[in-house]
Amino acid sequence: MVKLTINGTSHDVDVEPDTPLLWVIRDSIGLTGTKYGCGIAQCGACTVHIDGKAVRSCSLAVSDAAGKQITTIEGLAANGKLHKVQQAWVDNDVPQCGYCQSGMIMAVAALLKDKPKPTDAEIDQAITNICRCGTYQQVRAGIHAAVAAA
Amino acid sequence: MNYMPKIDRRSFLVSTTAAAGGLALGFSLPIDAAEAADAGAESAPEVNAWVVVKPDETVVIRIARSEMGQGTLTGLAQLVAEELECDWAKVTYEFPTPGQNVARKRVWNDFFTAGSQGIRASNKFVREGGAAARMMLVSAAAAELSVPASELTAANGVITHAASGRKVTYGKVAAAAGKLDPPKDIKLKDPKDWKVIGQPKKRLDTPIKVNGEAKYGIDVRLPGMLYAAIKACPVNGGTVKSFDTGFKVASVGGVKKIVAVENNAVAVIADSWWRAKTTLDALPIEWNLGDNAKVSSASIAAWLKEGLDADTGLVGNKTGDAKAALASAAKKVEAVYAYPYQHHVTLEPQNATARYTDDRCEVWTSTQNGEAALALVSETSGLPIAKCEVYKQFLGGGFGRRSTSHDYVKQAVLIAKQMPGVPIKLLWSREEDMTHGWYHPVTQAKLTAGFDADKNLTAMHIRISGQSILATVAPARMQEGRDPATFSGLYPGGAEAAFGYDIPNVLVDHSMRNPHIHPGFWRGVNINHNAIYLECFMDELAKEAGMDPLEFRRKIMAKHPKHLHVLNVAAEKIGWGTPAPAGVSRGIAQHMGFGSYIAAAAEVSVTGNKVKVHRLVGVTDPGYAVNPAQIERQVAGSFVYGLTGLFLGGNTVKDGRIEQENFDTYDMMRLAQMPKVEAYVVPSHDGVWGGVGEPTICVAPPAVLNAIAAATGTRHRTFPLRDAGLTLA
Repeated sequence: MVKLTINGTSHDVDVEPDTPLLWVIRDSIGLTGTKYGCGIAQCGACTVHIDGKAVRSCSLAVSDAAGKQITTIEGLAANGKLHKVQQAWVDNDVPQCGYCQSGMIMAVAALLKDKPKPTDAEIDQAITNICRCGTYQQVRAGIHAAVAAA
Repeated sequence: MNYMPKIDRRSFLVSTTAAAGGLALGFSLPIDAAEAADAGAESAPEVNAWVVVKPDETVVIRIARSEMGQGTLTGLAQLVAEELECDWAKVTYEFPTPGQNVARKRVWNDFFTAGSQGIRASNKFVREGGAAARMMLVSAAAAELSVPASELTAANGVITHAASGRKVTYGKVAAAAGKLDPPKDIKLKDPKDWKVIGQPKKRLDTPIKVNGEAKYGIDVRLPGMLYAAIKACPVNGGTVKSFDTGFKVASVGGVKKIVAVENNAVAVIADSWWRAKTTLDALPIEWNLGDNAKVSSASIAAWLKEGLDADTGLVGNKTGDAKAALASAAKKVEAVYAYPYQHHVTLEPQNATARYTDDRCEVWTSTQNGEAALALVSETSGLPIAKCEVYKQFLGGGFGRRSTSHDYVKQAVLIAKQMPGVPIKLLWSREEDMTHGWYHPVTQAKLTAGFDADKNLTAMHIRISGQSILATVAPARMQEGRDPATFSGLYPGGAEAAFGYDIPNVLVDHSMRNPHIHPGFWRGVNINHNAIYLECFMDELAKEAGMDPLEFRRKIMAKHPKHLHVLNVAAEKIGWGTPAPAGVSRGIAQHMGFGSYIAAAAEVSVTGNKVKVHRLVGVTDPGYAVNPAQIERQVAGSFVYGLTGLFLGGNTVKDGRIEQENFDTYDMMRLAQMPKVEAYVVPSHDGVWGGVGEPTICVAPPAVLNAIAAATGTRHRTFPLRDAGLTLA
């Protein structure tokens, strides 16, 4: 049994301790906004926050997340108000298929927490999530909009 | 051929129509809350099949095509809303199911979402659906207000009687309108009066795509659901020899069953997908790999190379006598190009959830063609279509992968049949997905051109050698052994994908060579390589003629004014003829596909082996532009997809199997590599509707390649460019 805190709620899950956190979030807890893309931490579709840092949950054993604060896309909005990155995504109509965008938004939110006004070079270095629809131009516009909204 | 879904669309239409005749299926809503959210309209009565107006004035527009990111959902809603005269701010949507379409005699027409057809092929009947609903609402209002309908006007969801100043809203008369007979004579608006079509409306599906709420096939959850992981033979054509159905990994619980799927795959069913996958990964499986295991990229390339010089080919374009003109040319130029296999890489791996009983088979999945999936569910389950249903979810990418090949749906049903009554979600691992795709076909091309003594282009022969998609995927669409789609963008004329140059003698022909690797429709399909072959070769010819590449093209485009127009716009916007920034070189290309005319111009710098694409101008004439903001996004996205294939992609074959198993060996463009894309939409409004999702994909690679050649003097003719040591900076 592993004890997890996800979006402020405590969960006891009965899984093998080396199960990747992604599958616990999706299948055991039922929060499906966090996506599976590659399983080898290449694409970032599974990005969540652990103690405020962006982590690719497909490659982290659930036992290593025990006792930490886990935030998923479902927990990013606070008090019924979208996070500024989510709002910027809406305002700039960023998503196409949308499958990568949970991870993209979580990665960007963590970046802006760390660096409220990143340069384009810092954005390029930090945001390496794959978007197969190729929304990158809107992603960059969205990041700048979120920075401006801060 | 193991995975070939036996779908003949034409016969399916006949059989579904016949089935509908004896059916009285109502709108049975899906059983799960997650799916009920998609069904949306709840119990509000419909005005007609396309439109539901709720008492709170919410307008639900029904969308038959699939939404996979291309924005069709929003564009189609705009088409309906234009004629409906509703308040756009109150518009929402729902997806009818394929089973409902069958039950209602295909009232929503076609569900097929590929070939950039979503808006092209349905623009008329969806607008008519909106107009009919408006007319019925106005008729109902006329009865309510006891005035002639001709004295009423409708705007923003409100019907007004100007003479008396009385008003009634759509929501008030919707129930009465739904009981009226549909109008017979429907007159659509003149395009000059459009108010919603042509506007950069925000996508209707954005809000649920930023908070994790949007449900994709992979997200389906049903009570009592189990999970399945699958491995098919790594060599297409091979079969399973043996495996242990009682296999267990000591440290992993929850496994329910290990089953064979057809003769070529093994699936583990467990109470979690991770447990299923972990057990499957450890399970020893012996395969009969068959003779295909001897095939490699080198053997395929050698076979295709023979086809470049085969005596005769299947002809796609013949004007004059190219061979004779080449024989007598003052100067001949020849070049050989090759384009590799490409995987679709939908970021959502293939998946389907199926529940089978002796009396009913239901599937929840991501599909570009719900009706084809339904037909396959019926065929695979052995149950009539009336006892089957497919619940379409959002697609985490389609790009053609989920259009004609529903192998994952077939597998899911075959697995579910082995545990009747239990819903089972089949999910392919990324490794399974990468190695069991339906790949962009592999081709080579030899292009030969002749000049007269005055450097006028007199003849061109394009010999394509390689794989036909239709021969494998849709043999019914072959024409006397010829795959007409092979010649996309090179046809002698027509409204779909015509050759844009006036050359006195032209021959385009095809030596068909079909390796065992499955070919498929990959975003843009055959124009991807055809545009590279033709447009790079045009630059080679311009160089030979000592002319500027733009001027060289213009000289032979007078009879193709639409091709010429987009080329000219691209040239103007990139600043062709003006000095480029220091160290930057330019390239240009044009083509036609899916009824649209497209051109691109690139600004590129090359430092050592690093290529930086700074700017890409994309120009498209799709006839009509329903939502310019979404078109711009499709242009930019298509450029990413096309340039990924050009630089980073490419699938290779070793021992009969695809070598790239995950993203560590099949990389894709990231944010840092994204050029500045400027999209220009120049619709010609002349009655022809072109596509948007695919066409522009094909012009970015040749524009960039031409810019690289201008920068370095080196002409690259084989791809991906990583094989030449080039990286995308």
